[in-house]
Amino acid sequence: MTNIKVSIKGLYKIFGNRPNYAMQHVLNGITKQQLLDEHDHVLGLKNINIDIPAKRLHVIMGLSGSGKSTLVRHINRLIEPTSGKVIIDGENVMEMSQDELREFRRYKASMVFQKFGLLPHRTVVQNIAYGLIIQGISEGEASERSLRWIDQVGLTGFEKHYPAQLSGGMQQRVGLARALATDAEILLMDEAFSALDPLIRTNMQDILLDLQEELHKTIIFITHDLDEALRIGDEISILRDGEVIQKGDPQDIILKPADSYITDFIKDINRSRVIKIGSIMEKATRASGPKLVSNTSVEEALQIMTSADKSVAAVVDTKGKTIGKISLEVAITTIARPVHDNKEPRYK
Amino acid sequence: MLEFFKEFPEMSRVDLRDFKNSIDFAFRSFSRNYGEGIESFFDPVLWFLIWLEKLLLATPWPIIMLVVAGLCYLGARSWKLSFGSILTFALIGYLGMWEDTMSTIALISVATLLCISIGMPLGIWMARSDRVQALITPVLDVMQTIPIFVYLLPVLMLLGIGKVPGLIAVCVYAMPPMVRLTNLGIRLVDKDILEAADAFGADKKQRLFGVQIPLALPNIFAGVNQTIMMALAMVVIASMIGVRGLGIPVLQAIQNQYLALGLMNGLAIVALAIIFDRVLQRYGKRLQKHRIGSKND
Repeated sequence: MTNIKVSIKGLYKIFGNRPNYAMQHVLNGITKQQLLDEHDHVLGLKNINIDIPAKRLHVIMGLSGSGKSTLVRHINRLIEPTSGKVIIDGENVMEMSQDELREFRRYKASMVFQKFGLLPHRTVVQNIAYGLIIQGISEGEASERSLRWIDQVGLTGFEKHYPAQLSGGMQQRVGLARALATDAEILLMDEAFSALDPLIRTNMQDILLDLQEELHKTIIFITHDLDEALRIGDEISILRDGEVIQKGDPQDIILKPADSYITDFIKDINRSRVIKIGSIMEKATRASGPKLVSNTSVEEALQIMTSADKSVAAVVDTKGKTIGKISLEVAITTIARPVHDNKEPRYK
Repeated sequence: MLEFFKEFPEMSRVDLRDFKNSIDFAFRSFSRNYGEGIESFFDPVLWFLIWLEKLLLATPWPIIMLVVAGLCYLGARSWKLSFGSILTFALIGYLGMWEDTMSTIALISVATLLCISIGMPLGIWMARSDRVQALITPVLDVMQTIPIFVYLLPVLMLLGIGKVPGLIAVCVYAMPPMVRLTNLGIRLVDKDILEAADAFGADKKQRLFGVQIPLALPNIFAGVNQTIMMALAMVVIASMIGVRGLGIPVLQAIQNQYLALGLMNGLAIVALAIIFDRVLQRYGKRLQKHRIGSKND
């Protein structure tokens, strides 16, 4: 992928009193459990290498304890690594001085938090303006610039409210607007929507996707929710026990799960809705049947094909050029849940 | 041999006397040499205290009552409280305690300002470092528990009888809650909110004034309140070393068994305490209006 914005290289994080000593054991191949039992250190992250392209929404997914929140905090160095680099625009964040780091946090990367992290004594406008105030912009100008974001996230009319007077979803909109208001190119979202109930979560995802269409930020989105990851992610990295076990776009992850852990993960997913016909088509330059754009979901394709009473459909790109074909049979087989040969033990 | 167990092996009487004398002598020569210097160090505070007392005494009583009622309303936004305080002051004046009350208010105001201006930075410093906290906490314990007369003695030797030693006595006793509650308030600030401030690149000053102090305000306010209450409690002690105010008549009452005099002046102190407390508490609550889920304008 061209134009890498954030590049994480060989990142390790060990929690404990003597991380550098424990690091030697980790490099010698000790497991997480052994490290904990024998040396009383916790292996938070193990040799993380992720390249995140600019202007894409990259999801880092994992269950609790997988190290995903730790990982995102390394990107703006809220947590110091034991070893490794985070290179952003050619600069290693880990080698920045305190002043450089502060500048970086003020102008380059802003963050949205699971628990919102709003200032309870400041109103909605003042909260959104917070990043700008920190940058040294006057209170008046900062509020003026914030008003634009209030509108963008649909909080018009709530400018003078305090966070405690808002619902969770509204509070997180404030959090999102606050992060966007600084015009930082990178947006770090740590389980930003996890504390919200499902309907509001979907609603917030839509807001984020709409904004992203317009803003093209480099978003690093942490979540434990696979549905959410598949729904919004351009790219997904799956984290388990501090290690990346699969990277790819949503289609890859569903169609080619790397191991039984991920198979387990995706078994409850509505495959027909997530999988696009573009990723299961057979390449062809000519095909009969109804023309379907490659990003049509299998569910939709099936509906169109059955109602047209055709067993084959042509897959076309956005310009209408035929790039492949898909049969009813392939489409139906795809929906069937894959049975992973369970040779390796099922993850507990 | 048995003697050893029967009686505690003490220092010999002569040695002990010499030991005490040497301390006394050292402190005396210290106070002879530096007493004046230290006294002049407190001059600005003394000047301010005298100025405030004169101002309060020179201002016609109706104006004072109006100012008190106005301040009560500004602080508490309650007509009931304003009216109550006017009534209290009228009663105090009618019963012949007006001047002493003004002196006491002057002392309490200066002592409180002094406690806040020293105690708050100290509390902030404590909150920033566990080592500083470990160092200052025992000092605060001593300040609060040591019998007042014990620390009054060196202060008196150093500065003589007067307003300044009285002020110091009040402050030593009244400052600890200010320090403790500032420290506590800042330490209790939500870590998630601080992390957010860090993530947006706040520097130390922005963290302190933008997040920590505003969020610690309820506790800091409780500290101010406690400080005022404790300063009022010291008014009688302060009068023993020559501070004018409501304490003097109480002292006279104790010496001469004047029940009514003691009771009246004592109750005047209580009345002041209640007014200060209620106004400050309401004011503190108003500052925290964002904590309640209600709509505001």
